[in-house]
Amino acid sequence: MVGMTRKKTFFWLCIFLLPNLLGFLTFIGAPIVSSLIISFTDWDLLGEMQFTGFENYIRLAQDPDFWVSFRNTIFFILGYIPLVLIFGLACALLLNKQMKFRAFFRATFFLPVITSWVAVSLVWKWLYNPEYGLINYALSIIGIDGPQWLSDPNTAMIGIILASAWKDIGFVMVLFLGGLQNISPSFYEAASIDGAGKARKLWNITIPLLAPTTFFVTIISLINSFQVFDQVMIMTGGGPGGSTEVMVQNIYNHAFRYFEMGYASAMSWVLFLVIFLFTWIQMKVQDRR
Amino acid sequence: MKKLWLLSLFFLIAVISLVGCSSEGESEGSGEEGGDGTTEITYYSFSAAPNYEDVLADIVTAFEEENPNIKVNTELAAYDDYFTKLQTRLAGGNAPDVFELNYENFVQYASKGTLADLSGFIEEDDNFDPSQLNQEAFKAYQYDGKQYGMVESFSNVLTFYNKDLFDEAGVDYPTADWTWEDELAAAEKITNEENNVWGTYAPATMNEYFKIAAQNGGQLFDENGEPTVDTEENLEAMNYMVEKVTESGVTPSPAEMSGQAPADLFMNGQLGIVHTGIWMFDAFKDASFEWDVALEAGNTQKAHHFFANGLAVSADTDKKEAAYKFARFMSASDQVAELRVENSWELPAVNNDEVLQPYLEQTPPENREAVFNALDTLVLPPVVENWSQINDVTNQEFEKALNGSKSTEDVIKTLQSEYENILN
Repeated sequence: MVGMTRKKTFFWLCIFLLPNLLGFLTFIGAPIVSSLIISFTDWDLLGEMQFTGFENYIRLAQDPDFWVSFRNTIFFILGYIPLVLIFGLACALLLNKQMKFRAFFRATFFLPVITSWVAVSLVWKWLYNPEYGLINYALSIIGIDGPQWLSDPNTAMIGIILASAWKDIGFVMVLFLGGLQNISPSFYEAASIDGAGKARKLWNITIPLLAPTTFFVTIISLINSFQVFDQVMIMTGGGPGGSTEVMVQNIYNHAFRYFEMGYASAMSWVLFLVIFLFTWIQMKVQDRR
Repeated sequence: MKKLWLLSLFFLIAVISLVGCSSEGESEGSGEEGGDGTTEITYYSFSAAPNYEDVLADIVTAFEEENPNIKVNTELAAYDDYFTKLQTRLAGGNAPDVFELNYENFVQYASKGTLADLSGFIEEDDNFDPSQLNQEAFKAYQYDGKQYGMVESFSNVLTFYNKDLFDEAGVDYPTADWTWEDELAAAEKITNEENNVWGTYAPATMNEYFKIAAQNGGQLFDENGEPTVDTEENLEAMNYMVEKVTESGVTPSPAEMSGQAPADLFMNGQLGIVHTGIWMFDAFKDASFEWDVALEAGNTQKAHHFFANGLAVSADTDKKEAAYKFARFMSASDQVAELRVENSWELPAVNNDEVLQPYLEQTPPENREAVFNALDTLVLPPVVENWSQINDVTNQEFEKALNGSKSTEDVIKTLQSEYENILN
């Protein structure tokens, strides 16, 4: 009888999942499988698909452009993740206090998250404009000759990192706020009785108890930032001189501008494996804790 | 039991997708030949977007009046997105019946067998003779001795100059026999850094480079399409382009441009000379200063860009005849040519002087004959596979040369090896 009910449950489960599952299989599942197949072929969309074995993957390992885009992506991540974590947590701590207009401030910080990347990128592009931009104007007031930002290969990626962090801090803040509200006030009360100060409470209670949230935020940000694309495409197009070319942009170029579908698919599978690897490592680290 | 459910689920999906496909096929089939015998064709275009949609609509109306049993649906895309969509549609077996191709991309599509051979239609056609068209442009759309496209229009690039700035600096206007030295000398006098005025601007890109190289007697690819970029002539050409920014400063650097388009700088009166296409005539006509065009300066010889657009018919369509008729209409009809001239929509490729006369009479610019004189020294874009990849690499290397992070000698060596890599 128990078996029967389980089967029945499974039946209804399938029925309820069907609409979602259909969409998933058609628009995500099938493309994922076919991209794996395409990654072993040479295909320009027009001609016949030719099976070439591991040739795309071998080419990839030797392609300096791929490694440049890989390095640029890592550089982006190393700048972006600490920024969103620190400032996201700072905002969450500030806005977790009882204060006037708290909802207003929370909404304001969250606003960039729901704004489209196209609009955000265009605005930041103007802010960074070396001649007419607000940032260099502000710097000139305090006597600093501002950099060329997006026109200079040394600062272009930094510019993209700052804009990306600005946009995503609100998202991280909301996640941390959720985490903060899950910490029972009794911990703080107990700590107060023991005479702990604010810094002590933050260090010994808040941060350790936020660990699951921090872990989640880091993984999500990591996965997202490996796929950084929109802002780069609009703000610099990978320039100047390839200094901001990131992995997804490289994939996009090979797929939809050079029409090397096989090679582009191979790159996306490598990107997938990289993301998978980082996620797996973090899971392991988390488990041990 | 679990597996069974999964199986039936997949079966269900298969059935649904089959039904979806077949019903789509049916509706398409019924759309082809309407009950009243009209044929519907789809025309996909980039040159009409975004400025000439109305002109294209007028052309389609004129065509449909002449061919009451053919209906033309137009689809437009901007040039940057056009080929992505076209290639995807061709791959999906859902190609437009007739579509635009520029000369640079034509060979790639013809060589992959995606285009219909139009030679037979042209032979049988009593209303069309190839001599109606500019022969150079007409033949550009041949591949392997067969006609795979109908040229519709062409354009080239000239030296546009701001007469007011030339007068202020006390410099003579450009002449037809100007050299690089003359242009540099004039540009240096016009440049005024304090007022953000620069003498001359030409993009530092692949599209410019192959022409500048030709002006110096060089070429980036030999007759067989093998890269020959690492030569003395090509290096001189590159130095000429780069040093205008890095040495003499007569051309604004990318940072000094700060995201403004060269055409906007010219319209603001901040550029003495801008090298751009004749498609800008219309945009510049409201300039607040006097301007004109001249032939491009050369070094050891003259060389001018030549860009052509044409229409090709999909190899897969079963409405080839209707599609050919529309392609021919776009290409050779005097009516279309007149509409193009009237609206400054590039230059029709027809030989009919009567039609072209009004084009020459319009001002500005006064020196419109330069458009035709430039055709005597035209240089075609190199036709090689992976053109867009070669373009990207070149432009990226030029950026490095412009910001001084790489010497031109190193850039040209990189380009030679990158081209060889990409083409093999």
